[in-house]
Amino acid sequence: MTADPAGAVADAHRREWAAVLAATVRVTRDLDLAEECVQEAYAQALTAWRDGVPARPGAWLTTAARRRALDLHRRAAVAERALPLLVVDEVAPEPAGDAGQPDDLLALLFTCCHPALTAEARVALTLRLLGGLSTPEIARAFLVSEPTMAARLTRAKKKIAAAGVPFRVPGPDELPRRLGGVLAVVHLVLTAGHTAPTGTGLVRHDLLDRAHDLARLLRSRFPADADVAGLLALVLLTDARRATRVDADGALVLLADQDRSRWDAAMIEEGRALVRAALTARPVSRYAVLAAVAAVHAEAPSLEETDWAEIVGLYDVVLARWPSPVVALNRAVAVGFADGPEAGLAALDELADEPRLAGYGYLAAARGELLRRTGRHREAREAIGEAVLLTGNDVERELLAGRLAALG
Amino acid sequence: MGRYLILLYEDEASWAAVGQEETEAILTAHRRFGEAHGDVLRGGGWLHPTATATSVRGPDDGANADAPGFAAGVDALVTDGPYVETKEALGGFYLVEVPDLDSALALAREVPAPFGGVEVRPLRET
Repeated sequence: MTADPAGAVADAHRREWAAVLAATVRVTRDLDLAEECVQEAYAQALTAWRDGVPARPGAWLTTAARRRALDLHRRAAVAERALPLLVVDEVAPEPAGDAGQPDDLLALLFTCCHPALTAEARVALTLRLLGGLSTPEIARAFLVSEPTMAARLTRAKKKIAAAGVPFRVPGPDELPRRLGGVLAVVHLVLTAGHTAPTGTGLVRHDLLDRAHDLARLLRSRFPADADVAGLLALVLLTDARRATRVDADGALVLLADQDRSRWDAAMIEEGRALVRAALTARPVSRYAVLAAVAAVHAEAPSLEETDWAEIVGLYDVVLARWPSPVVALNRAVAVGFADGPEAGLAALDELADEPRLAGYGYLAAARGELLRRTGRHREAREAIGEAVLLTGNDVERELLAGRLAALG
Repeated sequence: MGRYLILLYEDEASWAAVGQEETEAILTAHRRFGEAHGDVLRGGGWLHPTATATSVRGPDDGANADAPGFAAGVDALVTDGPYVETKEALGGFYLVEVPDLDSALALAREVPAPFGGVEVRPLRET
C-alpha cells in the first residue's frame, strides 16, 4: 500500500497526461470533453489509489477517463452539442484499457500544431493538451493575461471542431511540410523554458521538461529525420547545463562561470552523437547546425578554450540559408570571442538598424559587454542600462544591474 | 464528411486588364480543376465584377435584428456597389464536400487564382 497516493497521482500527471488525453480524445471526439474526463480520472485516482497504486497507472487512468466519456455520451447533453465532432479516423479496436497508442499522441500533437491555427495558438494548445499545463501557467510563459490565454485556447479548440481539423498524423505527402510546424512549436517551448521571458526564475522547468518529452516522442516516431534528431540534440545539449545556470540563491551564472563538471555528461554524450549523425543529412538541417553550436560549447573545457572560430562558421551556415537577426547577434558575440571585442562590435554595428532587434535586450547587453572589454566604460554603462530596462526576467535584470555597478 | 466553401478573392483591376488569350488559359485551368475533382465538387460559380453588384440594407442602417423576419423589408435601402469595398473582391467560389479540413486545403491549393488567393470556410450543418 502506498504511503503517498497524491505523489503517485502527481507523478502520473507528469508522465501520462498526454497519452491518457490522446486515447480519450479518440472516444469523445471533443477536446474539451476529453480534458474534463481526464481531469476527473485524476481526481478519482486520488481516492482510489489510497488502497494501492495500480501497476500501470496510465492504463488505469485511460480506462477511468474513457468510462466517464462513454457515460457522458449516453446523456442527451452530448447529443445536443452545438459543435461538430472531431474528425477521427477509424482504427482497429485496441485492447481494452490500453494507455493510448503512440500514434494517438502524435495525432494530438499534429492537431495542436495545424497550420490553420495561429502560431501562438499552436504553442498554447500543445502546452495545454500535451503538456498538461494550466491556463495561468501558459499565460505566464508568453507574457499575456490569463483571460487572453483562455480566450486563445477556446477559440483554437472551436476552430478545430468547426473547421474539421483532423485528429490524425498526416500522410507521407503532407508529412514533411507539417513536421516543420511541429518542430517549430517544440523549439519555441524549449527557448521559453530555457530563459523564461518573464518572472522571477530564470528557467521554467515545466516547459523544458515538455520540450524534452515532445522531442523524444518525435524521435521515436521519425528516427530517420535529421531535423528531429537535430532538435532532440539541441534540447539535450541545452538542457545538460540546466543545473549550473543559476546558483543556490537563484542568481544567473554566466557560461564563463558555470561549473562544467556538473553538466549532465549522459545528455551531452547522447546529444553529440545525434548531432554527428544529423549533420550528415542533405539539405543541411537548421536544428542540427544550432545543436552543433551547443555541442561545441559542451565539449569546451572553459569559455576561453571554446572553439569560437568553429561557432562563427556554424552561424555562417545558418545565416546563409535562414537569415535571422537573432542568429546574426549570436554570431557577432562569437566573433567578439574569436577575433576580439573590436571585431565583435563591428559585427554588432551592422545590426544597429535592424528593426526586428529594436527593443531586444540581448543586443544592448551584448554591446555593453563588448564595450566593457575594450575599456570604453562610459558607453558600456549606457548600453547595459538600456538592457536592464528591456528584460522582463528578474534574474537577468539582477545580473545586468550587478555588471552596471561593477563598472562604477 | 463536411462541406466547405472555397472563396476566390482576386484583384479586379488585374482581371479587367487581361487579354482574351490569358482569360482563356485561366478558364481552362478552372475546367481542369473541375474535371479533376468532380467527385467532391458540389457547386461553383464565376461572378461578374463588383461594378455589377447591388447592395440591399435595412432602412435602419443595415440593422435588421428587430425587423420582421429579420429582413430589410420594403423600405430597404438599395445602393449600387458591393457590400464592402476591397481591393481583392470575391470573384468566384467552389462548394466541396470532403472528409476534413486537410482535404479541403489540398483542393484549395489547386484552385486557379492568378490575381489573389482563396479562403476556405466550413459550412454549418443545420
